Amino acid sequence: MIRGFFLLLLCQLVGEVLARSLALPAPGPVIGLALLALGLWLWNRRKPFSDEALAASDVGRAATGLLGSLSLLFVPAGVGVVQYLGLIGEQGAALAVSLVASTVLTLLATVGVFLLVKRAMGRGEGAA
Amino acid sequence: MNSWKLWVYLQTTPLFWLTATLGAFLFADYLARLAGRNPLVNPVLISVALVATLLKISGVEYQTYFTGAQFVHFLLGPATVALGVPLYRNLEMVRRNLLPMLAALLVGAMVAIVSAVWIAGALGAPKVVLISLAPKSVTAGVAMAVSDGLGGLPPLTAALVIATGIIGAVVVTPLMNALRIRDYAARGFAAGLASHGIGTARAFTVDPVAGVFAGIAMGLNAVVTPALVPLLLPLLIR
Repeated sequence: MIRGFFLLLLCQLVGEVLARSLALPAPGPVIGLALLALGLWLWNRRKPFSDEALAASDVGRAATGLLGSLSLLFVPAGVGVVQYLGLIGEQGAALAVSLVASTVLTLLATVGVFLLVKRAMGRGEGAA
Repeated sequence: MNSWKLWVYLQTTPLFWLTATLGAFLFADYLARLAGRNPLVNPVLISVALVATLLKISGVEYQTYFTGAQFVHFLLGPATVALGVPLYRNLEMVRRNLLPMLAALLVGAMVAIVSAVWIAGALGAPKVVLISLAPKSVTAGVAMAVSDGLGGLPPLTAALVIATGIIGAVVVTPLMNALRIRDYAARGFAAGLASHGIGTARAFTVDPVAGVFAGIAMGLNAVVTPALVPLLLPLLIR
């Protein structure tokens, strides 16, 4: 458990150092995410492990635990937002309409393009 | 020590507010389970409302609350890194969907920025609000930095980001079901792109593959949106 959590923090720390020293556009934890996936890939090439072994490992269990309660982690920031509701104030209606409409449009555009490109690729493979 | 004095003491301690945060979440999660994970019963929204009400009643400042809640908030970093494990476990599927992901990323990120700014602008929102709104689909820390750099209000951006996350988490399942979309990679990718971590949390409760793709979309959008906002805003705001 401690070893798994240590590995996650270490990836985040290295990600943070890389993001800041190289002025990378992605935030530290996102770099850490990529580093962890890359590390697992390299490790598997050196000394192959099964998917079950990864799930049962320290880092696998720490990851499952954290991701299982991901919703909880947004509560403090969400509570912080409530104190700024006054800022939304007069613009409330315009912002509410904009947020709901934009979120629905973004979901539709993203899923639509994803499926269109996937289907076009499938057709290309079928023709080849 | 009488009970009033005890309460006055307790409400200044990190212990009390950390316990209250976890308690509120457990209760909200219990309600969500009771509702069969109905997307309308969103555990983030319910626990935020519960804790905010408690703060309002007790008159405790957010800073005091945060001395306890910061321990939970801090875990957002390691939890983002933890997405690397399901990403690695589904690497083959990710590789197969690379091209659809990149196309959906670019179009989705642009639609997120343009539609939000255009609609709010048409409804009369002032420039500073539109700047604060533009990065709303990307994770809070990144969105606040973008907003700050372009002359927006970072706290307003944070509020809009969290609201977007909750709206996306509530809307995505009924929307995708109504359209009969059963490709969970595509569904998850849309959820993570439009509504960052809160959408990703929702995706993980629906389907593990959806969760993985949501996490990837969130990570990629954290890179793409900060690059797109400064390019698109001058075209949208005069």
